Amino acid sequence: MELMQVDTFLWTTLGAFLTLCTFSFLYKDNPFYKFAEHAVVGVSAGYFAIILWHTGLQPKLFNQLRDGDWFFLWLNASGAHYIIPAILGIMMWTRFSQKLSWVSRWPIAMYMGIAAGLAVPQEMKARVIEQMYSAMYNTLGWGSFFGTGFYDSTSGLSQIIIFIGTLSALFYFFFSKEHTGFFKGVSRFGLWILMIGFGASFGYTVMGRISLFVQRIQFLGDWTRVVWDDRAGALYMLFWVLTFGIFAVMAIYEIVSFARRKQATS
Amino acid sequence: MNIFDRMMTLDRRWVFLFLALVCVITYVWEFKIDISTSKEVENIYNFIENLEEGDYIFLSVDYDPNALAELHPMTYAIAEQAFRKKLKIVFMTNSNLGPGMVNQALRDIEDSLKLDREYNGVYYEGRDIVNGIDYAFLGYKPYPALVIQSLGLDFRVNFPTDYYNVPLDSLPILKDVKNFDQIECVINMAAGNVAEMWITYGQGRYHVPLALGITGVMGADFYPYLGSGQIFGLMAGLLGAAQYEKLADNYGRARDGMRIQLFAHIVIILFILMANVGFFLSKRQARK
Amino acid sequence: MKRQIPLMFVFVLGFLMIIQFFIPHEKSEDLASFLLDWIVIIGIFALALGLWSLVRVSWDKVKHRKPNWQYSVITLVGLFIMIFFGFDYFRNFFSAEGLDNYMYVSFYTSIVIPVQATMFSLLAFFIASAAYRAFRARTVLATLLLLSALIIMLRFNPYLGPIGPFCERTSVWLLNVPNLAAKRAIIIGVGLGMVATAFKVILGIERAYLGKD
Repeated sequence: MELMQVDTFLWTTLGAFLTLCTFSFLYKDNPFYKFAEHAVVGVSAGYFAIILWHTGLQPKLFNQLRDGDWFFLWLNASGAHYIIPAILGIMMWTRFSQKLSWVSRWPIAMYMGIAAGLAVPQEMKARVIEQMYSAMYNTLGWGSFFGTGFYDSTSGLSQIIIFIGTLSALFYFFFSKEHTGFFKGVSRFGLWILMIGFGASFGYTVMGRISLFVQRIQFLGDWTRVVWDDRAGALYMLFWVLTFGIFAVMAIYEIVSFARRKQATS
Repeated sequence: MNIFDRMMTLDRRWVFLFLALVCVITYVWEFKIDISTSKEVENIYNFIENLEEGDYIFLSVDYDPNALAELHPMTYAIAEQAFRKKLKIVFMTNSNLGPGMVNQALRDIEDSLKLDREYNGVYYEGRDIVNGIDYAFLGYKPYPALVIQSLGLDFRVNFPTDYYNVPLDSLPILKDVKNFDQIECVINMAAGNVAEMWITYGQGRYHVPLALGITGVMGADFYPYLGSGQIFGLMAGLLGAAQYEKLADNYGRARDGMRIQLFAHIVIILFILMANVGFFLSKRQARK
Repeated sequence: MKRQIPLMFVFVLGFLMIIQFFIPHEKSEDLASFLLDWIVIIGIFALALGLWSLVRVSWDKVKHRKPNWQYSVITLVGLFIMIFFGFDYFRNFFSAEGLDNYMYVSFYTSIVIPVQATMFSLLAFFIASAAYRAFRARTVLATLLLLSALIIMLRFNPYLGPIGPFCERTSVWLLNVPNLAAKRAIIIGVGLGMVATAFKVILGIERAYLGKD
């Protein structure tokens, strides 16, 4: 196995240190956690600022005006019309001014108009029409009613359950009419279907959350493995011990304080 | 106070500690588990497997580091399979911290591809991949809905250059590629509502075949799109990634992580059952 | 006038984009390309507002020595360090070399990735604790939810013996039938709500985005 470079190991150690700082929040809020939290806010904001400049403004604006001259205000550039969205974008910055904040409404209105106009036909198509079409078409167009058995989700029986379940759940969300009689029965069935759906979501959510922690264990495990490699050397061991040592000392201090507090109260 | 009442008022930090210990012990104790694959993941694998050398796929890596645990293994597995098959990949990201994710994935995949490997009985010789010839990384632009909409018209509308500020027209890989019409499929790895934007503004408008890799939290929400045919495949969470790794015969982080997941799930289920048993016994005692 | 012109913009552009969807002509697509090209540039300037807001709030905390002001110093230092390395030690403003700067990439890999990933991994513990404290099968509905969750969580468990295949098949059926029905209803409801809201914005009924006078 190729030995990890020293600088790579040091950066990984920094990552491991910050990982343990963040995990320390599970015990209680503390300066190490606050440090990690504020560091990541600043660094990610800085990262994003650079991304916006190099991959946003640079290719979409500056490159278009590159062949123009600043004393002509870039009006002689081949992409001179890009000055207009630039001006509109700068108008957005008046948002923070009490007197001039009305100026920022123009670009915001342009964005809202375009986004809303795009959303109307496409959200209607993707979320409503396609889903309704699928619910109705699959219910009428099955190959076999029982399919390969109860568990066959493409069978006619399953499609009818889906259709009735979808309608019932939609009935449940219709609050303009009081839920009484037949309506109440149908919306009750819809609620059962919704509960099964939310249970499935919960099951998946648990899996999703646990997997985030699993990856952190894998990361810390890889970092530890590098240290225990015979050829890793004293420097790697020193940094590993220092990193874990800080948190081990904190943990021991807390255990001793807790024991003393318990003794004092009992 | 009986044992069940004491259990109900247990400091949550003991729960944290117990869960952490179980996960760490399972990590240290190495064993493999077998995962069965599901149809929605097989659809994606088979689609990529049936493509031919030189076909184009579009990988939209729309997640931040907070979702890398579940989505990075998917990206690695799919990209490695595609590169081994000598497909052309166009990468893009709609996430503001996504460029780092793509760069990290490309660096690691480049190293892995240099090695000779055998997957599912097929031998693949090690190769180098070159930016601009084997893949292109378009980069990031804000407002995913608008960007996806513009990609369907022409990649160059919002991506006149790639991530490294090289004009798209001077990249050999994108010489004959204008929009989704030249792309065989889009695979979107997403941790937020970008997945729905791809369905609405990408697949809905331009009818490009779309598959999703999503986090576990969103996993159950996209089955209606699978049922209606708006997406042809779905990988949900670490389980989806592990299933893909199994299909691709590429044992990676996801399959390794599933064994830890297994015991963590058992612990949580035991906690829930214990709490419910305690709840019902307390209720019965109160009634007496 | 301060509100009328923006409302007119929203109305005209909104209907233009709706009509554009139904016209598959080259000129219509050119118009869409033109508007989408411009709006992303405007959007980039808007995102800079967020960054400025962060700097302003942090600087305000430091200047007035508000509680925990020292951490705001760390935020500002982190921000400016990334900008320094991202512009390749302020040598390259107009080339993308800063994106490959060793320190820029290393800070991202060693600070952003571990901390962000770890912050979200804390949720694993909170969900375990929340499930332990709050997940009670008090009613039939709660029991349904609990059973459905348990089946999904056990679906890939190879140690269940004879009930393993039952869990596997039942979880696949649960996801593809009742779960699909439930989520389909939610998607249709959300879709109708989004279309209604978009129409309200276009017609000027919904004006919250304009702010106060």
